Amino acid sequence: MTVHADVLIVGGGGAGCSAALHLALRGARCVLLERGLVGGQASGVNYGGVRQQGRHPAELPIARRARELWGRLPALIGTDCEFEVTGHLKLARNPAEEAELIAYRDVATAHDLPLRMIGRNAIHEAYPWLGSAVVAGSFAPDDGAANPRLLAPALARAARAAGADIRESTAATALAHDGARFTVETAGESFHAPVLLNVAGFWGGEIAAAFGEPVPVSPLSPNMLVTEPMPYVIEPNLGVVGGNVYLRQIRRGNVIFGGGRGESDPGRPAARPLPDVSLASMNLALELVPHLAGAQVIRSWTGIDGEMPDHIPVIGPSRTTPGLLHAFGFSGHGFQLAPAIGAILSELVLDGRTDVPLEPFRIDRFAA
Amino acid sequence: MSDVAIIGAGPAGTRAAEVLVRAGLRPVVIDEAPDNGGRIYQRPPGGFTRSAKTLYGFEAAKARALHAAFDALRPHVDFRPDTLVWNIRPHRLFTMRAGDTGEIPFDQALLCTGAMDRVIPLPGWTLPGVTSLGGSQVALKAQGCAIGRRVAFLGTGPLLWLVAYQYAKAGAIVAAVIDTTPFATKLRATPALLRGRATFAKGLYYIAWLRAHRVPILEGATPLAIEGDGAVRALRIRTRRGEQQIACDAVALGWGLKPETQLADLADVPFVFDPAQRGFLPQRDATGATPIPGIFLAGDGAQIGGADVAELAGARSAWAILAARNLPLDHAEIARLDAALARHAAFRVALDRAFPFPASLAVAMPDETVLCRCESITAGEMRAAARADATLPAPEVNRAKALTRIGMGRCQGRLCGPPAAEILAATLACPLESVGRLRGQPPVKPIPVLSRGLEQPR
Amino acid sequence: MRLLRLAETARPAIAFTLDGQPATALAGDTLLTAILANADHVRRSEFDGGNRAGFCWMGACQDCWVNVEGAGRQRACTTYLQPDMRIVRP
Repeated sequence: MTVHADVLIVGGGGAGCSAALHLALRGARCVLLERGLVGGQASGVNYGGVRQQGRHPAELPIARRARELWGRLPALIGTDCEFEVTGHLKLARNPAEEAELIAYRDVATAHDLPLRMIGRNAIHEAYPWLGSAVVAGSFAPDDGAANPRLLAPALARAARAAGADIRESTAATALAHDGARFTVETAGESFHAPVLLNVAGFWGGEIAAAFGEPVPVSPLSPNMLVTEPMPYVIEPNLGVVGGNVYLRQIRRGNVIFGGGRGESDPGRPAARPLPDVSLASMNLALELVPHLAGAQVIRSWTGIDGEMPDHIPVIGPSRTTPGLLHAFGFSGHGFQLAPAIGAILSELVLDGRTDVPLEPFRIDRFAA
Repeated sequence: MSDVAIIGAGPAGTRAAEVLVRAGLRPVVIDEAPDNGGRIYQRPPGGFTRSAKTLYGFEAAKARALHAAFDALRPHVDFRPDTLVWNIRPHRLFTMRAGDTGEIPFDQALLCTGAMDRVIPLPGWTLPGVTSLGGSQVALKAQGCAIGRRVAFLGTGPLLWLVAYQYAKAGAIVAAVIDTTPFATKLRATPALLRGRATFAKGLYYIAWLRAHRVPILEGATPLAIEGDGAVRALRIRTRRGEQQIACDAVALGWGLKPETQLADLADVPFVFDPAQRGFLPQRDATGATPIPGIFLAGDGAQIGGADVAELAGARSAWAILAARNLPLDHAEIARLDAALARHAAFRVALDRAFPFPASLAVAMPDETVLCRCESITAGEMRAAARADATLPAPEVNRAKALTRIGMGRCQGRLCGPPAAEILAATLACPLESVGRLRGQPPVKPIPVLSRGLEQPR
Repeated sequence: MRLLRLAETARPAIAFTLDGQPATALAGDTLLTAILANADHVRRSEFDGGNRAGFCWMGACQDCWVNVEGAGRQRACTTYLQPDMRIVRP
């Protein structure tokens, strides 16, 4: 069976499903191929932070654009994916970390990102549950969190409703380009299109290599834990300078926290949280919120994301193959960007350009 | 430093330790309880005075023998009571005892983690006064209490009849015994059940005793709801004669047992679908060895077989461990164990046929029934996640869990897992096997967030 | 009071408090037994508000977690009552 489309999308994470949606809304015939279920890896297992604060400056235009989409998700895809503007409170635990928070304010100002510095006395007064280790914080009122497990499925459903062909449990076994168009083989069919979007997460590196532009992408497995439901007290999404712990409480009362890496085996694919890392995370979480002591952790998990050496993704056109666009390697912080990645890719495909600067994300930036 | 770890000091773990100690090893034996015995031979707390005969009935001699065996082993094993193994990694167990974490290294680990009741939720099952069959038995045996003044027993399987008998014998008022399996089904299975001679005879004895003491018995009945406002008031059922209410203040329910397989899952043991169990079981061979080197399984924690089988399987797995260590083997004893295990297996098949899991009961669960009692998610919400108009209909249970929160609570799907899979498969009109099983995640039971004085790099 | 003591009643009494109120149970009782010997439920569900009184009695269902002052969260069915324990039902 042969299927012809305008765009083939390999990878059903947030980026791929978002691309399918935006392309379908503009009338392009697209087929998304996902070997598992959409959102089964990085997009579904991450912390759920919907956060602009703290990003590499190059990501901020994308993040600002994504934030606008997050705000109108219900109109766009029929659900808010439990997105709540809780604010993001980035904490400093010593003067050096506080200095970093202050230094970031220049970046924020340059990108119209509202931030509010809170000093030691004020922060403990405003958030009496914070541990004494906290010396300062930077509050981003426009940031928040959502339920990562809901986003990709919701995007895919809306994409399907808009006419995209979403194929789950469909692994791409071979990808090739004959000079004019791409052919992607699966177990039962051949797919042809002039445009291919490589949005395959960690495995985007393999696809890039298959088209002659290998990049150094490593597996990244965020080690996550969740507690039993507790009285709801912690409103903002908490992070720290350096990112070795992050913590938030959902309205149902569970506290989700993480930090460090689990182990991953991308070949299977499989990933597991690590007990030593989980126990260490508990220590760090208790520094931020001492009243968590004794709360029961009921589950831990992880999945596989792709990390680039400079911790920002690969986004943009291939340097080897016409019609090939990449967006992968989101290095542990792609979730918030996902709604915009699809919009940007659809613009590159249909308009040949986008207003978001993509130079810092070029795929050939690693070439010696 | 010992290098064989036995997780679970019930019948399987105790007999395994016995074989290993006789061979000169000193295994670490870990159990969450304060002492050995497991569930069926659970030792009562100190100060309890009932005799073994009263506590364990026909199994009194076996219980005493198992306790005596472990008492004799005590100086020769490294026993870790009150200890939870919450995760297992290659050659390391992660433990929790009274808030302190620990690690136990191992070369070989034998998982004897036992089982729990398999339940089918029905409206009202979260009310105070409703317990599992096993729970009602623990209340009586280990705490000397009946779960209520008038107790109805509901479900199917040998445990249903045993516990009802134990309650009535102990002086409780048994409002009724409701077996969802029709008499005819049990009758058809009788010739095969006869293989289990003594076990079958005991079962008949319990039923006969209950009848003789005029305990109302209903077979082939369909439970509809547990009624009451804040507490159990009645159990409503339907029989051929129509609906009836059984006045009671407690209901004990259960449809067989299911293995506690979470540690096997974390040890990366592959699982295989078992149609008779209507669920996935960890893969092991007849000796208890799994495809994971160094990981062995025995007893109800691998496959439901009962206490006698668990004792045999524990011993057999210990011999497999000794074989793996190139130590001398008693081939005659191994042959004896293998023959006994084979005999029991035939009886077990017959039992499964006599007391089948009523999947149709799970599938027919009303929409408003609380399916996941931890998170309070209804059967209707599970069905909605699988219908064509759902957000990408969930084709398997982990996706359904992600979308509905079923299985995300403190018990991590222990109770809701099997009925959730039945409902999902029925809604999708696909084979039960194809909806898969809930992925195991550590910790296998809740562990507290506590400071551990570790130095953290910043 | 939910439970009916059928046997083992000749054990020493243990005094404790339940939600600040004095209560008694017997040495060898788990917290679940002790609570249900004095009251009709051990907690309320966070999500449906219904009273719960445990279910499996064997540490599997995790539906009986309570708070013990000075000892934090405790699973009632697998924790033994100690004298003067101060149990608070969530």
